[in-house]
Amino acid sequence: MTGVWDVVVIGAGIVGAACARTCAASGLRTAVIDATGIGAGATAAGMGHIVVMDDSPAQLALTRWSQELWRELAAELPREVEFECRGTLWVATGEDEMKEVRRRQPVYASAGVPAEILDSRALAEAEPQLRKGLAGALLVPSDAVLYPPAAAAYLMHEAIRMGAQMLSPQRVVAAGQGRVRLRDGSELSAKRIVNACGTGATDLLPGLPIRRRRGHLVITDRYPGFVRHQLVELGYLKSAHSIASDSTAFNVQPRQTGQLLIGSSREFGAEDTSINHALLRAMVQRAASYLPAIGRLQAIRVWTGFRAATPDKLPLIGPWPGDESLCLATGHEGLGITTSLATGKLIAAEILGEKPGIPAEPYFPARFLGENHSAPVQTLCGEAAHG
Amino acid sequence: MAEPTSSVALTVDGKPVQVVPGTTVAAAALIAGTQTRVSVSGEPRAPLCGMGICFECRVTIDGVPHQRSCQILCAPGMQVATARELPAP
Repeated sequence: MTGVWDVVVIGAGIVGAACARTCAASGLRTAVIDATGIGAGATAAGMGHIVVMDDSPAQLALTRWSQELWRELAAELPREVEFECRGTLWVATGEDEMKEVRRRQPVYASAGVPAEILDSRALAEAEPQLRKGLAGALLVPSDAVLYPPAAAAYLMHEAIRMGAQMLSPQRVVAAGQGRVRLRDGSELSAKRIVNACGTGATDLLPGLPIRRRRGHLVITDRYPGFVRHQLVELGYLKSAHSIASDSTAFNVQPRQTGQLLIGSSREFGAEDTSINHALLRAMVQRAASYLPAIGRLQAIRVWTGFRAATPDKLPLIGPWPGDESLCLATGHEGLGITTSLATGKLIAAEILGEKPGIPAEPYFPARFLGENHSAPVQTLCGEAAHG
Repeated sequence: MAEPTSSVALTVDGKPVQVVPGTTVAAAALIAGTQTRVSVSGEPRAPLCGMGICFECRVTIDGVPHQRSCQILCAPGMQVATARELPAP
């Protein structure tokens, strides 16, 4: 390897690929390295739901901007990315949840995201397979669905077309102070290093506030037209954010092939990729409580993956105070596919010293550090130190 | 050799088919002269393993799609539809 890279991106998931693309597009001399290949981690395990969420103003800003970036990109995405503007239906079971529908509609509208309130009858017409007697839904028509590994491959392909280099697969064992050490003992020099390793980010920075949060997905055989929108229970946020315990939520996505992805589950403390059958049963029963006929469909595969969860539900994007060469682009939990594009923009703006499209501060890793910004860093000797 | 004392009448893609009791739906589809399904890339497919593993014999039976026809016996009045899984656009 020759000379000093402007940027070395560690991790070729969808977030790393998006960062490489924006850096290369800005003329930065960019290299990408991954231990396995493009989009092989959480990117390949997730659903691929491009979704605006409003858990916090910062989350709304990031997801809204990202959704807009995906919509701008849609026309040039190759067919295998399977981008479809399906829209999300946030399904309300009773009057209490309809109150939440009515609360969220103007929040979305004020962020420039059209959202429509459906009553019980309109919901039944929109999705006849849903059980009768549901109260209604919030329809967000601009949300979309895509196939994440193909999207990551496309973003990386674009990065390479614009001059980035994808290095041969190899594990990075240490990164910091402008140097990236590979398992074979060789080193890369870089002005800036982007840690986009998802849950693996903690291998290089053991102090990071990231926990592995396991999720299950089921994919069915092809049943075209069974549902038309991505269907999510309105209580999803509640379920997704209950830190204390394992949880499931109704979340079903129609694929272009006619297949359905059935989710979702969340578990802390699960370290391997095995199936938790009790949780899987609860997840499928939850789906069947909304879509009674789903139990008659044939599932062809079940798998698990790991989200990179942070304590405040916001990703870690931006400079790492412990090391001026280091940036983070991780901690996206269940929103990494959606927010990958905005993450790429924020990282490129940070490296170029430009003003990004939205305020970057809410996502800065520094928010988790003390006032003196002391942060555990890993030196090239592999020992934890304080910088 | 004794003639079968009874037969089962069903339809495959709307075409009447008579089979002896104990005949699988996969066999009825072969008797009717049709493939069972069409792959995503548009290729015709027929039963391969005959033991419920390969999923190439899937048909729609009485409106329920993706039934493994090699594992299901014909029943009177059964309506079997083949090749309903059209290739993706």
